[in-house]
Amino acid sequence: MDAIARKIINQLQGDFPITEQPYAQVAAQLEITEDELLQQLTNLLDQGLLSRFGPLYHAERLGGGLTLAAMPVPETDFEQVAAQVNAFPEVAHNYARNHELNMWFILATEQPERIDEVIQEIEAQTGLPVYNMPKQAEYYLRLKLEV
Amino acid sequence: MDNLTKAEQRLIEAIQGGLPLVSRPYAVIGEQLGLTEAEVIAGLSHLIQVGVIKRFGIVVRHRQLGYRANAMVVWNIPDAQVTEMGQQLGQFEGISLCYRRARHLPEWPYNLYCMIHGKDRNAVLRDLDKLIATYNLSHIPHQVLFSRRCFKQSGACYTFQPSKVCPQRAAVGG
Repeated sequence: MDAIARKIINQLQGDFPITEQPYAQVAAQLEITEDELLQQLTNLLDQGLLSRFGPLYHAERLGGGLTLAAMPVPETDFEQVAAQVNAFPEVAHNYARNHELNMWFILATEQPERIDEVIQEIEAQTGLPVYNMPKQAEYYLRLKLEV
Repeated sequence: MDNLTKAEQRLIEAIQGGLPLVSRPYAVIGEQLGLTEAEVIAGLSHLIQVGVIKRFGIVVRHRQLGYRANAMVVWNIPDAQVTEMGQQLGQFEGISLCYRRARHLPEWPYNLYCMIHGKDRNAVLRDLDKLIATYNLSHIPHQVLFSRRCFKQSGACYTFQPSKVCPQRAAVGG
């Protein structure tokens, strides 16, 4: 990744202008051309360094449900259970972690009541307990990552 | 959100996969939706203002950017102190988020979650040591759950019409 790409990533994690020519405006700040910025963003997306360029929604304010859930999965069944869990479109992220509770995933649903349903469906399919760990308060969320 | 208008719902759907990479992206979205560029700009500005859009810009894949270690550090903090501690820990430089979550007694007594990202595990553990020293947390029961693998990383998908299918719902490895 070159210096310009780094600068773009560091500068554009939020506060993208909502104006008629937003890329031109940002390009001017970065002292590059609009075409160059669009090309760089295309490359970063193609390389998989960005998952997308756009909005991050506040799930609860959209009226949806959001929670963190965890499962204790026997190591020998891990791949199979991961496939079962990931097949649910409501599962947005899924991480293996080093603990007895070794599978951690985010559930994002359009309807809040769907959270409990999905949890029950996952429990039924896998035969394993799902621990629902809903958020009760948010003290800090730092969304920027310097590169 | 109950008071989202139909136009706002359609805007939310239209841009969730990403903003078009063209000179006038809001005009392109407007064309798709039968709105003017000015209406799209006003609609998005409003969604940002009311907090439905938390942030608008680059969404990074942190692993691909070199932040290979991430630890979820969970703490068992007395309920009476959890708000104060959460606010304190959230101020710490190396932490990317800090949430209070429901406990699952008796197996899971932890109620405060912090995420620490770093280039490698040692860097994360050094940050954690610093955190513990800074806030005198050595007596607080905690666990460090490093991620071993990310199986799925896809954005949430929002549709407001039952028949509609999200285009980016396919799993993304990472």
